[in-house]
Amino acid sequence: MIRARALTKAYSRAASAKRAERRPSEDTSAKRAERRPSEVSTGSDGGRTLLAVDGIDLDVAAGESFGILGANGAGKSTTMRMIGATLQRTSGELTILGRDPAHEGPVIRAHLGVVPQQDTLDTELTVRENLLTYGRYFGLPRTALVPRIEELLDFAQLQDKRDEKVEALSGGMKRRLTIARGLVNDPSLLLLDEPTTGLDPQARHILWDRLYQLRETGVTLVLTTHYMDEAEQLCERLVIMDAGRIVAEGAPADLIRTYSSREVVEVRFGTNRNSEVLPHLHGIGDRIEELPDRLLVYTDTGESDLQEIVARGFMPVTALVRRASLEDVFLRLTGRSLVDG
Amino acid sequence: MSLTAPASFRVAEYRLRSMWKWRNSIIAFGVGNPVLYLVSIGLGVGALVDANSPDGVTGVPYLLFLAPALLATAAIQAGQDEVSFPTLAGFIWNRLFFAMRATSLSGGQIADGVLLAASVRIIFTTTVYWLVLWAFGAVDLGSALPLIGVSTLAGVCWGAVALALTSRAKTDSTYISVMWRLVIMPMFLFSGTFYPLAVLPLWLQWIGWISPLWHATELGRWLSYGAPLEPWQALLSTAYLLALGATGLLLGRRTFEARLTA
Repeated sequence: MIRARALTKAYSRAASAKRAERRPSEDTSAKRAERRPSEVSTGSDGGRTLLAVDGIDLDVAAGESFGILGANGAGKSTTMRMIGATLQRTSGELTILGRDPAHEGPVIRAHLGVVPQQDTLDTELTVRENLLTYGRYFGLPRTALVPRIEELLDFAQLQDKRDEKVEALSGGMKRRLTIARGLVNDPSLLLLDEPTTGLDPQARHILWDRLYQLRETGVTLVLTTHYMDEAEQLCERLVIMDAGRIVAEGAPADLIRTYSSREVVEVRFGTNRNSEVLPHLHGIGDRIEELPDRLLVYTDTGESDLQEIVARGFMPVTALVRRASLEDVFLRLTGRSLVDG
Repeated sequence: MSLTAPASFRVAEYRLRSMWKWRNSIIAFGVGNPVLYLVSIGLGVGALVDANSPDGVTGVPYLLFLAPALLATAAIQAGQDEVSFPTLAGFIWNRLFFAMRATSLSGGQIADGVLLAASVRIIFTTTVYWLVLWAFGAVDLGSALPLIGVSTLAGVCWGAVALALTSRAKTDSTYISVMWRLVIMPMFLFSGTFYPLAVLPLWLQWIGWISPLWHATELGRWLSYGAPLEPWQALLSTAYLLALGATGLLLGRRTFEARLTA
């Protein structure tokens, strides 16, 4: 479905400044682990080049659900737009559905479903009209679209909203409509760029349920997300991106096994005391990470390690023993300073 | 071009569906606008002008002189509206063009489709306008096709220019105020619309020479009541309008594709 080798997208500094201006929200909610994409000098004019995507390799097989996980600015959306054949790569190889997007963009896009980060719906048209016009962009005949739209309205659970204007819909409904719109051409590959960002928990769960159902029907899914739980829920396999590079790849469970202990003890001693307590916990767990508000003890024996902490005379304000998650993998891999336990 | 035509039709189909939602305003504006102008300026100002110049303006009653200019103005403004608002929406307001570019459409096809749908609106607006002019006795029945034709040409060619300009707009408010205050209004006022261009001091006449409205008005007056126009002037004006339109469309297509794939 997708094959990328040394895929790279570079922007000259001026061009990237324009992009930042257009999407101011991208940087504001930057995660603490965010790193700036690599900047390299170019030759003669002494200008700078921003490597939004810096030589990544990707392979996605048919029927897979594949995730690209990363903080804001890691290069996820840029990668997605190159895969979606709306952004040309600077260098490297890229094959989508067996074709090169540099030469066969329209043919590739005819078989893709794209769910962009922003809904980009026509709010003046009704739900049904949005699906109809979008199907027509692909040149699909009206006779084929009418029954297809009924299926999609069922799938998106929007039958009772079919003749309402889009501006009247909730955020979750708009998102489901955008996904339904991306399915109108019966794509073999569906690209979802941060499908649940900005939705409330209930709307997210409804959406996950819909995407699960899609997975079962054999549609290949590629999604970006900065939600670890979403990646664990939806992706069979994923890559973690940081500063335009892929820093890890694998199934969520394998990544957790490789990069984290089985369990994590989260203890809080109060904001100022965490770092005071830290030196006294030497020897507990495999390693300990200090966050601004808590200590994370990576271990395979959470309960007994917690007892050991208490036995050493440090009573945490709150304590939690949990299974390790992708969040822990992400923390480990994206260059956070780790403190040996 | 022949290959891209069907795809741009599909974009136009969407635009017309969108326009259909505004049909009541389009019809009300299409009829109301000429009626207001004809009553206030055509008849009101016209009575004053005709009373003071028994030979008429360039030899015809003021209403006849004014009519082709008003018609071309309506066509150009319809082109401006029907191109610029969907384009601002597509790039800025709802970013729908980005979704369209994710389908098999190209940026150029989207640009073509927007202009194509605007052309339908321009033909509608000029036809209604001509009917009102005719009802007021400002044009002859025989002038219908040539007058509607030349105004539509001006409207579509200006629409192409608007396509190129709007697709470069970074913010909607700046674009709208600059376009209307610094381009559309001066064009309306200084293109020999209400008086012959030659009345203006020479240092202001250049606005008319570069204005598609003036060229369309000159052609319109010639076609409507036989105002003197040398054949080469007619050719030049037509060629100017076509060149403007072709340049606009070419640049517009290019900017559409560049902006949607940046």
